[in-house]
Amino acid sequence: MEPLIFERSIPGRRGYVPPPNDVPPSDPSAFIPPDQLRATAATWPEVAEVDVIRHYTRLSQLNYSIDTHFYPLGSCTMKHNPRVNERVAALPGFSWLHPLQPAAHTQGILQLLHELEQLLCAITGMAAFTLQPAAGAQGELTGLKIMAAYHRRQQRHRSTILIPDSAHGTNPASAALSGFSVVQLPSGPDGLIDVRELKARLTGDVAGLMLTNPNTLGLFERDIKTIAALLHEQEALVYMDGANMNALLGVARPGDMGIDILQLNLHKTFSTPHGGGGPGAGPVGVTSTLADLLPLPRVRQRGKSLVWQEEGTASVGRVHGFYGNVGVLVRAYTYIRSLGRDGLSRASRVAIINANYLKTKLQEICPVPYDRACLHEFVATMKAVRAHGVNAWDVAKRLLDYGCYAPTVYFPLIVEEALMIEPTETESKETLDQFAQALGQIIAEVRSDPEMVRHAPHRLPVNRLDDVKAAREPNLRWRPGRSPNWATAGQR
Amino acid sequence: MSTPDHLLYTKTHEWVRREGGEAVVGITVHAQEELRDVVFVELPNVGRSVKQGEAVAVIESVKAAFDIYAPVSGTIARVNDSVSKNPQVVNQDCYGVGWLYTISPVSPDEFTRLMTAEQYTKQLQAETH
Repeated sequence: MEPLIFERSIPGRRGYVPPPNDVPPSDPSAFIPPDQLRATAATWPEVAEVDVIRHYTRLSQLNYSIDTHFYPLGSCTMKHNPRVNERVAALPGFSWLHPLQPAAHTQGILQLLHELEQLLCAITGMAAFTLQPAAGAQGELTGLKIMAAYHRRQQRHRSTILIPDSAHGTNPASAALSGFSVVQLPSGPDGLIDVRELKARLTGDVAGLMLTNPNTLGLFERDIKTIAALLHEQEALVYMDGANMNALLGVARPGDMGIDILQLNLHKTFSTPHGGGGPGAGPVGVTSTLADLLPLPRVRQRGKSLVWQEEGTASVGRVHGFYGNVGVLVRAYTYIRSLGRDGLSRASRVAIINANYLKTKLQEICPVPYDRACLHEFVATMKAVRAHGVNAWDVAKRLLDYGCYAPTVYFPLIVEEALMIEPTETESKETLDQFAQALGQIIAEVRSDPEMVRHAPHRLPVNRLDDVKAAREPNLRWRPGRSPNWATAGQR
Repeated sequence: MSTPDHLLYTKTHEWVRREGGEAVVGITVHAQEELRDVVFVELPNVGRSVKQGEAVAVIESVKAAFDIYAPVSGTIARVNDSVSKNPQVVNQDCYGVGWLYTISPVSPDEFTRLMTAEQYTKQLQAETH
C-alpha cells in the first residue's frame, strides 16, 4: 500500500528553496483575529518534488475512474468527458479571469454565460435560467425556495410537497430544508406515478409535486401531462429533478410537459468531470411566471454590452458566491456547442439504445422487476443470489475484480437487492458485452463459490473494506506519530 | 424467523410491547436484517407528541437511511440513549436492549389497530413470495 505523503516526510527535505525574504516581516496578530491564529506551526510533509509527483501518480493509478474503466454508476451519468471541454476551459481568457473584474473587462465570459442560459432554455423549453447553484441538490433547494416565494406572493399558504417513493433522497431532504412537509406518493404497479394515488393526496395544502422524469427506474412518466394539469388545477407547481436529462436531449422538453421548475445537473448530462464528487453545476430553469424570482445577479443585455443585474426583481436571493462554478459552465457550454442540436439528440438516443441493449443482454441473469423498454438506465434485482448467502453488494464488489466500476446498489428502495445500471452513450458494444459477460461469470461463481464472492474484491490494491467500522468509528485524519490502522482497512 | 408472540407489530416492521399504558417500540428481526449493519440512530425528543404512522426516528445503516414510524399516537416518554451510543445493539438484540423509545400514555384502543405475531408473519410471507 502507498504510504501517506506525511509518512514519506524527511526533516529538511525540500522541493524548492525560496529566495531570502526581502519584504519586512509583519506581525500577523495585527490583522488576523486571535481566535483564527494558530498557536503552533502547521506540520507539512517535507518531501522532494519527485516524491510528490510519484506519490500522487501512484495513487491515481490505484484509483478507478471514467478515464480507466467502464463506470455504469446508475443515476450518475458517468459519460466520457471530451477533452475539448478542458482545452476551452484552460484558455487564458477564461482561466485567468478574476470574479471581481468589472463587467466591461469580462464581456467574453458574460457572453458565454448568457448564451449558455439561452441554450439551456432551448433544450428544456423553460423560459429563464439561473446558472448559480453549485450542484443538483442546491438546484433543488433553489427551486423549492422559488416555489415557496411564488405561493407567498400569491398569498397562499401551502406547506406540503408530494414526492414519489422512487425519488432521489435529496428531494425530500431539500423539501424539508425549505420548510415543507413531505408526503410520499406510492408508485403504481408499473413503477410510475399512480394518478389515483396522486389525486387522493392532492389537497389544498399542496405547494407542488417533485418528480424525476425519466424516474429513477429509468422509466418515462407517461402521464406527465395529466399529472401537471392536475397540479395546476390546484394552483400547485410541478418541480422536475433533471438528474436524468441524459435521456431527453432533443427528444422531449420538460417545458412542454407542464414543468414549472427544473434543475439540470450539467456535470452529468453536459459532461464535466465529477467522479470525485465535483465540482458540479445545477442551473435552475423556470417558466416566465417565475422568472423574476430567480437568484440575482443575472446576466442582462444593456444596449451592446452585457451587465450583471444585481437588484430590481422579486429574487429569492443569492445562492452562490460570485456567479456559480464558472469553470464547469464553460465545459458544459463547450460540450453543447461541439455536439450541436443533432449531436445532443443523438447522444440521448444512443444512451437509450445502450441501456436497452444491456438490459436485454442481462435479462437471463438479473431480471428487471419493472420490465418495459427503459430510457437511459435500468434497475435490475439480484434477489436470486440471496439463496446462496450473497447479496447485490457482494456482486458489485466482485465486479471491481473484473475491471468494471460497480453500478449503484440498493437504490431506488422500491427494488429489492437493486443494481442500477447506466451505461451512457459513450460506451461501445464491446464494452457492454464485456460487462454482461463479467456479470454472467459472477453469477456462475455465486453458485460454485459463494464464499469467494462474499469476500470480493480480490484483485485490487485494497480488498473488502469494513464499511461498518468506517461509519461507526470514522478515523479521518492523520496525526503526527500515529499511523493509521491499515490492518483493518483491508490491506493486501 | 423469530417473531415473539407477546409483541404487537406494524406493517412498517416496528414491534410494540404493551406495558400498562406505555408502548415500548423497536424494530423487528426482519427489519434489522433488511437494514443490515446499523451505524446511526436518531431518536425523537422526550415530550414530543406523535400521531400513529408519523416518522419519529431515523435509522441509518450501511445500506441507506430509514424512517421509523410511531405505531400508536401519544407522547414520547423515554428514549433508549444506549442505542444512540452503540447502534449495533439494534442488530444484536432488537427485541431486548435494542428497543428505541416508548410512547405514553396510549389509549387502549390504539393497540387494537396493530398486528399480532401471527398476522405479521403472514405479511412477511406475502412480501417475500
